[in-house]
Amino acid sequence: MYAIEVERLTKIYGKGETAVTAIADATFQVTPGELVAILGPSGSGKTTLLTAIGLINEPTRGKLVIDGTAVADGGWLPGLDLKRLRREKLGFIFQAHNLIPFLSARENVMIALEINHLTRTEARNRADELLSALNLGHRLDNYPSALSGGEAQRVAIARALANKPSVILADEPTAALDTENGKNVMALLKELAVENNSAILVVTHDHRMVEGFDRIFHVSDGRIAGEETNGVQHAGTAPALQG
Amino acid sequence: MNLAVRDIRYHRGRFILTSIGLGLLLGVVMSMGGIYRGLFADALAVLDSTRADIWVVQQDTNGPFAENSRIPEDIKYRVQAVPGVAEAAPLSFQTIQVERMGKPFRFFLIGYDLNGFGGPPGVIAGRDIRQKHYEMVVAKAMKMEIGEKIHLGLHDYTVVGITGKVVSSGGDPAAYVSLADAQDIQFKKDNDAIRNDRERIGTNLAGIRYLSPAQATYLQQNIADLTESTHTVNTIVARLAPGADIKEVQGRISRWNHFRPISVEEQTKILTKGMIEKARMQLGLFRIILLVISAVIISLIIYTSTLDKIRVIATLKLIGSQNRVIIGMILQQSLLMGIIAYAIGYVMILLTYEKFPRRIVLEPFDLQALFVIVVAICMISSFVGIRKALRVEPAEALGG
Repeated sequence: MYAIEVERLTKIYGKGETAVTAIADATFQVTPGELVAILGPSGSGKTTLLTAIGLINEPTRGKLVIDGTAVADGGWLPGLDLKRLRREKLGFIFQAHNLIPFLSARENVMIALEINHLTRTEARNRADELLSALNLGHRLDNYPSALSGGEAQRVAIARALANKPSVILADEPTAALDTENGKNVMALLKELAVENNSAILVVTHDHRMVEGFDRIFHVSDGRIAGEETNGVQHAGTAPALQG
Repeated sequence: MNLAVRDIRYHRGRFILTSIGLGLLLGVVMSMGGIYRGLFADALAVLDSTRADIWVVQQDTNGPFAENSRIPEDIKYRVQAVPGVAEAAPLSFQTIQVERMGKPFRFFLIGYDLNGFGGPPGVIAGRDIRQKHYEMVVAKAMKMEIGEKIHLGLHDYTVVGITGKVVSSGGDPAAYVSLADAQDIQFKKDNDAIRNDRERIGTNLAGIRYLSPAQATYLQQNIADLTESTHTVNTIVARLAPGADIKEVQGRISRWNHFRPISVEEQTKILTKGMIEKARMQLGLFRIILLVISAVIISLIIYTSTLDKIRVIATLKLIGSQNRVIIGMILQQSLLMGIIAYAIGYVMILLTYEKFPRRIVLEPFDLQALFVIVVAICMISSFVGIRKALRVEPAEALGG
């Protein structure tokens, strides 16, 4: 079973003459434990693709299946609780860590667990465990303002992992970090993909940060223009790709 | 996890300052309510302390508080003789303003019959008036000492006792003297005026040719006595015997044609509806305006606080947070602010209400009603913030 299955996924903003196609017929699959990058310049449609897979931007056409659950087929499928799916199956990492400023590092992880109905004690134990695993055991009670950029991003990663999601979506996770911290975060994501058997989909415009990724999709003008697998570049006509 | 409390704890300085500001505003709302109740209490203070059933005043007047009323003192004997009347007593009222310690000193002087009723309701220091002349019992609010003298009319009066909080309908503290003294202060002319009057009467009588000198002297003396008489009062108060019918007593006195017997209920209506109605409406309007201002301020605070948290809300939505978590955070913050501000306002008013120049009466019902209104305002005010929060798209958490 794939963690992510995308088939001819299309997102069009507006109608008629003013319609803009942000993603056109994207088709690919990501397996559990796979680390995949979507690489492209600003405005290429990579974030639109991420938000569609993240269940926050309804596709106009095409199919989307997350961890075996069909969620879209020419629009969201009826009867789906998208919030619950996001809570249970997806983890998000943002460009600017997006930690809640009035919560400590521990509480930032706990909140993701508590909204997923874990008890306070369970949430606390899991948060401590995750943060300690990410070498933040000494920063549990610190507010985000007291953390360095790298530490804050690691707390954000811990929050994304909190509910053991099958898919982690990262939007420019290294954009606010220096090169060294950025590389550390990417290395950490690679480790976590294997350890947790989660599919990790990273959107970035910085090709320096995607070294060692299992697959890299190059996006241009809303289309997947090419794919690299283990350093080998394929044309945009690869069997897994359309458009 | 309570996000509202966490946010408040993190931004405690801003929250405390906002709550204090709002608390001061609510304190003013409470004081307005207290002043409103105080107006009632002040207006009825003399009425209540007199404990009379009927107030006999000059015909066609709403005396003695709302209008001037003058009636002869000896009417008390006629009132006393009406079947159903247990006792009657004359009372005199006047507002006096003198200078004391270089400042205007204003009070409400009540003259009462030492053998009747209508005197000070309870002496908390010193003693009651025992002599017919030159003694005085003053309200505590006048801040006079026992033994202190004050010059009124033609004489000095000594404070012999302090009574509780009795004030006029205008809020001036009350002072009590004997009826005779009050009449002297109010009506007695000084010696020059008396001499002038007597000369004028003598001159007028001398112009009447058919009066003999003896007749003229006799008339001059009698007319002077009449003009110099101080036996006038503002009202005769009466208490009814048990089982007496007030309507019947009022009917009998009305038939005398020169007087109006006002029941205590009618007098209460005159005082509250007539005299303080405008002040009451004014205060009521101020309270409404202040509550509207409070509502606008709370709405603005909650709205701007929500705007500050757009990214937080978007992140919460993106990670799958239920709407109730976000609504709860905004609503609880609004309610906490309102409740803390209410507590600050309440403590402030509790510590200061006795220092207000006018009486502030804090009724538990008023305070409870205001609390309910504040809670309602907080809930309604948070609506704008909640609406904004619910419109935030999870996608807003993405990007730089």
